[in-house]
Amino acid sequence: MILSSGEQRMLNGEEGLAKQKAMELLVKYGTALGAERFVDTNNVHVLAGFFPYPDLVKQVVPGLDVDEVASKFLLDTDERIVLDRVKAFTTNHIFAVNKQYWKILQHRSPILADLAERMETYCRRVGINNLATCTPYQVGNILSKGEHCAWTESSAIPFANAVLGARTNIEGSHSSFASAITGKTPLWGMHLERNRLGDLIVELDIDLDTVLEWGLIGYYIGGAAGLHIPVYVNVKSTPNLSMVMALNAAGASSGSIIMYHIVDVTPEAATLQMATGNREIVGSIRYGKKEREQAYLKLNHSKSSKVDIVVLGCPHYSIEQITTVARLLEGKKIHENTSLYITTCKQIKALADRNGYTEMITRAGGLLLEDTCGLEFAHHQSSVIATDSPKQAHYYPGVCGVEDVWYGATEECIDAAITSKWRGELK
Amino acid sequence: MKKLVLKGRTVFGGSVDGEALVTKQSWATFMAADIYTGEVTEHGHQLRGKSVAGKMLVFPTGKGSSGWSMGAQALRFAGKAPLALVIREVNTQIALGAVVMRVPAVCNLDEDPTEVIATGDWVKVDADKGIVEVTRKDQT
Repeated sequence: MILSSGEQRMLNGEEGLAKQKAMELLVKYGTALGAERFVDTNNVHVLAGFFPYPDLVKQVVPGLDVDEVASKFLLDTDERIVLDRVKAFTTNHIFAVNKQYWKILQHRSPILADLAERMETYCRRVGINNLATCTPYQVGNILSKGEHCAWTESSAIPFANAVLGARTNIEGSHSSFASAITGKTPLWGMHLERNRLGDLIVELDIDLDTVLEWGLIGYYIGGAAGLHIPVYVNVKSTPNLSMVMALNAAGASSGSIIMYHIVDVTPEAATLQMATGNREIVGSIRYGKKEREQAYLKLNHSKSSKVDIVVLGCPHYSIEQITTVARLLEGKKIHENTSLYITTCKQIKALADRNGYTEMITRAGGLLLEDTCGLEFAHHQSSVIATDSPKQAHYYPGVCGVEDVWYGATEECIDAAITSKWRGELK
Repeated sequence: MKKLVLKGRTVFGGSVDGEALVTKQSWATFMAADIYTGEVTEHGHQLRGKSVAGKMLVFPTGKGSSGWSMGAQALRFAGKAPLALVIREVNTQIALGAVVMRVPAVCNLDEDPTEVIATGDWVKVDADKGIVEVTRKDQT
């Protein structure tokens, strides 16, 4: 890679050990990508408070010393680095732990809660803002068009690139942490204009006017697009926040869609010509009834019609979605054999509290949970789970060993919470 | 015996040989693998139930959650990482994954490795030179 003098100084260790180790990691990463240079970034969303394998962390760092944890697990260095402050404006992903209900819901490993607590304090110390959400764009980290950033969270990446026109690759916990420390990210992939152009046409035969429909198409195209950039044409109605959140999360689960265009909707796609530029089109996919059904069948793999748990809020629910659920639950009670968990971030939970939605949900027997993720609950493997999130439906078997998963509209999930039965179908 | 030789570029240096495990589906680590066995746990994946540990993993690219590098690094800590990665095309997940797994890795080969290498073939990767040597299972 070709380094600027400032980057070389960091790599030489002239600006301290933390920057040196971070640059070393970024140079290895940039080389692996085939990048030639770095670009400056002053907006990073790190994954620095959630460790999916807490027992392993304890094994490698028995005392859970935060500086050693950060060095080994976030910078991939064997040396213990004491970081002073990150350089870039940086926000943090979820901790995955809900303090209030931790003992009831999340007894997978007590180390996870301990680590979350320690890392929250560590992040404060090094200047990382604890937004604690997978949807930073909802609560305090919004990007400008063209802004170079380094974000984690697969479902937030297409929000940054496609919806906002900002520029980020899908970063991991290690690369984002190194970018926060140095203010650098490899000039590769989505940071370069030419790579952002669409090269796969998706022609719609049907209207997409619900959150469910946008989740289904995202899931189907995610599985079909490979690393290509889809251009959705013939979209009749503009998707709202909840709809693009479903599209983004689905496409980043079945596949790895980090960028797309919706002609006449997203900022780099005023026209089809603008969305594709001079890039060669590799193919065209029609999306109609048959494809929609295929996506639905892939996401619904339960053999049982009963439902034990309903999990909503992946990605972290918007206030609009919470409003919908609260209204659906008015005057209703959750079935005694069924639990309803809804996840969001602390900031949106505060809005829900203020507007009375939390009380409405709680009165019906549901729980509105901040800071956490439904995939981090200690579900019994024989449980039957219903969700309105394609991402959760996709990941439940692999993460929690839960095979019986239903996916459907929010209304169908709330019906399941009330009746303890799955009555959803593709209409 | 005739060997197939593929030439590509270095993703992460080093050299090693071993038995190939090939998939035409993208590979994910975080939320899609059991890091204590190396087994693929992703629903609907061709390799579900098979372990990548100690294999020369041949696959199109990485996919999925940005927890990818945590999953990849955890495989290394648990001793269940693949021996090497033979990748059709890199994305950020697999590039960073290779770095933190610290295993030899190559990409952009002159032929699609998922087409010309079969599970069980003996594969030698010299990642510093970007060379992959394949000895067919049925010819050994």
